[in-house]
Amino acid sequence: MAVPQDLQYTKSHEWVRVESGVATVGITEHAQDELGDVVFVELPEQGATLAAGDSFGAVESVKAVSDLYAPVGGEVVEVNGALEDSPEKINEDPYGEGWILKLRISDEADLLSAADYERLLEGES
Amino acid sequence: MAEEALGRTPLYEEHEKAGARLVPFAGWEMPVQYEGVKAEHEAVRNHAGLFDVSHMGEVVFRGPDAEKAVQRLVTRDVGRLETGQAGYAAVCYESGGTVDDVLVYKNPDDFLVVVNAANREKDVAHFQEHTDGLDVEIADESDDWALLALQGPKAEGILQGFTGTDLSGLKYYRYVVGEVDGLYAVISRTGYTGEDGFELYVRPDGAAPLWRLLVEAGAAPVGLGARDTLRLEAGMCLYGNELDPETTPLEAGIAFAVHLDKEERFLGQEALRREREEGLRKKLVGFKVEGRGIARHEHPVAVDGETVGTVTSGTQSPTLGEAIGLALVLPEVEDSFDVVIRDRPVKARTAQLPFYKRQKK
Repeated sequence: MAVPQDLQYTKSHEWVRVESGVATVGITEHAQDELGDVVFVELPEQGATLAAGDSFGAVESVKAVSDLYAPVGGEVVEVNGALEDSPEKINEDPYGEGWILKLRISDEADLLSAADYERLLEGES
Repeated sequence: MAEEALGRTPLYEEHEKAGARLVPFAGWEMPVQYEGVKAEHEAVRNHAGLFDVSHMGEVVFRGPDAEKAVQRLVTRDVGRLETGQAGYAAVCYESGGTVDDVLVYKNPDDFLVVVNAANREKDVAHFQEHTDGLDVEIADESDDWALLALQGPKAEGILQGFTGTDLSGLKYYRYVVGEVDGLYAVISRTGYTGEDGFELYVRPDGAAPLWRLLVEAGAAPVGLGARDTLRLEAGMCLYGNELDPETTPLEAGIAFAVHLDKEERFLGQEALRREREEGLRKKLVGFKVEGRGIARHEHPVAVDGETVGTVTSGTQSPTLGEAIGLALVLPEVEDSFDVVIRDRPVKARTAQLPFYKRQKK
């Protein structure tokens, strides 16, 4: 499974793309594959403030629930409302249309590089 | 608890070859999915799916008192079963709480009781304990059988291609001993999906050839994930969810499998009769989530902030595209309540069971 080199990652299988102080967050290809068909995404309110490590929602497949954790601290500036009607975008395009939310970063956190995340996946398999 | 090696069914290698995701389930390494739960679910609803359910237990009652023993242990009046007929039943404690839910097959000379994998040892011990004084041999013959379930509207057409048994004449909950592609098989028109279909009891060495044959003929391999969504849409109970030692079969809504008036006394009969007279302590309801979210096993059910029950099973229904579930609630609960999903109350409304009913031919 290819791990995009331009993103950063968490141990709980979120990916993070940082652009001008805003972090876009989703779950990785590996995470969506483990979950199976995503049927529901619980999103936080826009404007909510999260600390790094806070649980902010959940992604559910037919058979399992996976909590989502904020990779960095900040204010939720946008959520991907399209997931309410089309949660399967998380399976189809986890690094693109399946993005989950955007945070204005107020609190940096230690994230994994692509190489670190690849090693994490190798250790799990 | 000491870790014990997981059991593998005779189809383990077929699952691996098919790219199944294998998970521990009731002491067995079982396929939870192959292609994906939704696709597998739809294959069963629209075409045909094939399940490995070899982990189920087969317990045979033999001897002069075999019928008496089964009568004493299960809630159904098995004296009314004809040879070649199967009946769904509960096994109860004296308290009325449920030991297991089972299928009883009436053979010419004995009874076959098919039990849940997770309950196999507990059941056999319970059967032994409560048949004192009867001339019956109770044999756990689970290791002598593999069990495949072929389910879906195309199941009959596919299976008929490989057997001389006239399947069109085989009614629901009837079975025959026959052959499938030359392999010895008990062909039973039963299932756990809400579709027409068959359960095929074969010898362990016949399982893999039969599996390959049916897959080549177009049946999609289906894992435990879709098995659960299919049975839930069909409003069927799962032991450990809807049924357990603290829940009676009357409470779990399977009174159709309880013959309170049968002449032979059965374990739990007094307690169940009393409950029928005095009223149920809780009741099973089907519901649909009206707000956003999916209710899951063990989520609380509340009315005005007061807990009035528990979700026993819940999922997103692939057929309906809605979040559905079953819950055990206090008898006075009406048709509107909240399910508490991750501490958030979400509106739900009772729905008639089953959620899905197939169109009869």
